[in-house]
Amino acid sequence: MLGRLSNSTSEIIETTEKEMFVKILVPVKRVIDYNVKVRVKADGTGVDLANVKMSMNPFDEIAVEEAVRLREAGTATEVIAVSCGLAACQETLRTAMAIGADRGILVESDADLQPLAVAKLLKALCDREQPQLVICGKQAIDDDANQTAQMLAALTGWSQATFASKVVIADGKANVTREIDGGLETLQVALPAVISADLRLNEPRYATLPNIMKAKKKPLDTVTPADLGVDVAPRLATVKVSEPSGRSAGIKVADVAELVNKLRNEAKVI
Amino acid sequence: MTILVIAEHDNLSLKAATLNTVAAAVKIGGEIDVLVAGTDCGAAASEAAQLQGVARVKVADAAHYAAQTAENLGALIVANAAGYSHILAPATTCGKNLLPRVAALLDVAQISEITAVESADTFVRPIYAGNALATVRSADPVKVITVRTTAFDPVATGGSAAIENISATADSGLSQLQSRELTKSERPELGAAKVIVSGGRGLGSGDNFHHLLEPLADKLGAALGASRAAVDAGFVPNDYQVGQTGKIVAPQLYIAVGISGAIQHLAGMKDSKVIVAINKDPDAPIFQVADYGLVADLFEVVPQLAEAVG
Repeated sequence: MLGRLSNSTSEIIETTEKEMFVKILVPVKRVIDYNVKVRVKADGTGVDLANVKMSMNPFDEIAVEEAVRLREAGTATEVIAVSCGLAACQETLRTAMAIGADRGILVESDADLQPLAVAKLLKALCDREQPQLVICGKQAIDDDANQTAQMLAALTGWSQATFASKVVIADGKANVTREIDGGLETLQVALPAVISADLRLNEPRYATLPNIMKAKKKPLDTVTPADLGVDVAPRLATVKVSEPSGRSAGIKVADVAELVNKLRNEAKVI
Repeated sequence: MTILVIAEHDNLSLKAATLNTVAAAVKIGGEIDVLVAGTDCGAAASEAAQLQGVARVKVADAAHYAAQTAENLGALIVANAAGYSHILAPATTCGKNLLPRVAALLDVAQISEITAVESADTFVRPIYAGNALATVRSADPVKVITVRTTAFDPVATGGSAAIENISATADSGLSQLQSRELTKSERPELGAAKVIVSGGRGLGSGDNFHHLLEPLADKLGAALGASRAAVDAGFVPNDYQVGQTGKIVAPQLYIAVGISGAIQHLAGMKDSKVIVAINKDPDAPIFQVADYGLVADLFEVVPQLAEAVG
C-alpha cells in the first residue's frame, strides 16, 4: 500500500518498490536427465544411476526461470537456489546460477532424502533466509512424488499455489493461475507463499557461456542437515523396484472396415 | 483399522474418482469413512452414503470450503485425523494439492499415486513416469495416500451409510479463489471416459482437430484427449493433455490419431485396455503399444471411421 499521498509518479513507484521487497528461494533437484532411458537394476533395489547423465529436474528449471524473471522485472530482489543431496548437486546449483540465481545453498547429505525431509530442510532455510516466496517445480521426474512444495507450505504455515501457469505479484499478494482438472483457476494468496511450477509457466532460457562462467564465481554455501537441526531419516522403505509389464505391439489392419470389424467382434469395445 | 477417504465432488455430485479411491480403501481393508467437505454439499454427501463399503459419511459444510483450498481442507482433515490408520484421496489435481499438506501437518510421509495394495502398509507406485514400479512400505502411524484412479475399478452403489455432520474448522484466510474457467463440454471427463479419441500434431491445426475428431468422439460417446505436442502447438487447451505431464488415463478403448507416441505420452495411456493407432508413419513408436494399427492418412480414414461406427 502507498505510504503517503503524492502527486509524483516516481515517488509512488519508489514507495511501492520499497514495500515489494521480495526474496525468492528456489529448490532445485538433481535427477536423471529426462532424455535418458531408465533401467531397473537386476537386483531390484532401484534404477541404475551409474554413468548416467544427470541434470536439473525440468520443472525446477521452470521455477528458477520464473524467479529470475521476477527479479529482472524488479519485483524480486534476490533469488537463492537451494539443493539437497550429494556434493554433486553443486553442479545443479551452478546451472541455476547460470540461469540467473544470485547465490546457492547446498544442504549436503548422502542420505535417501524423501519429500518430508526435504520440506523440513527447506523450512529451516526459510527460517534463516526469510524469503517472501518459494517457487518449486511441481514434481521431480525421478520419484514423481509431487509433494515438497505442499509440505513446505504446511510446515511454514504459508499459503500454497500449486501447478502454476501464471504468477503475478502485487501488493504483498500473488495471483496465481493454476492448472486444474478440467481447466484453470486463479488463486490470490497472501505472501509469504509457496508456489509450484507447472509446464506452461514459462520456457526456461538456455544458459549462455558468459553466464555459465559468471555462475562459477557466485557464492555457494554448504550446510548439513545436522547444522539445520533436521532429522532426515526416511519414512518409506523401498521393498523392491521392478520393470512394469511391457505391452507388445498388436497387428496392423489394412483399412477402416477391418479395424471396425476387429473392434466390434474381437476386442468387443464398440 | 479405519480409513478416511476424502471425497472429490462439486457439492451436487461426487466425482467418479471418489469411487475408485473407495475401491482402493476396500483393498486395504477395514472400516471406511468418507469426508465430504464443501458448501451446501448435502447432495454429494447422500451420494457418498450410497457407495458400497462405506460405513459413515462425515460432512463439513461451510462457505470457506467452497473453493476446496488446501489450507482450509488440510486443517479440517488434520483436526479429524485421530483414530484413522489411513487417509486416502484420489491423485487428481485436487488430491495432489491437498494431501501432502495433510501428511506434513501430521509429520508423516505421503505415498503418491498408488497403483496396487500389497498389504495395509505396503503399496506399489510408478516412478520415472511409469518406467519403473516401486514397492514401498510405510512405518508411519498414519498412511497418507493418493490413489491413481485408473488402477482401481470403481465401487458399486446401493449402500446406505450413516451421515454425520462434523464442525467446520476456522477459515485460514490465506488464499482466495478469484476465478475458475472450466472447459465446458457435453463429453465425459477424460479421467472417467470409457472411450477416448486423442489427437496429436499430425492433425496440423486446431480446426482440423475439432472437425475431424469431434464427429468420431460424438459417435463413440468418447472424451477428447491430446498429446503434449498438440497442446504445445496450441490446437487445444492443456486440460486435454494425456501423458506424464497431463492426465493418466486407462479407458476401455483409446484411439490415438496422428500421435507419434513419445515416451511421455505413452506413460499416460499405456494401461488402456485396447489401443488403436492411426498414423501415416509406419515406424511411429505408437504402433509398438497399439493393439490395432492403421497406417494411413488420418484425413482420409478418420471420417470413414466416424461413418463406420455410427
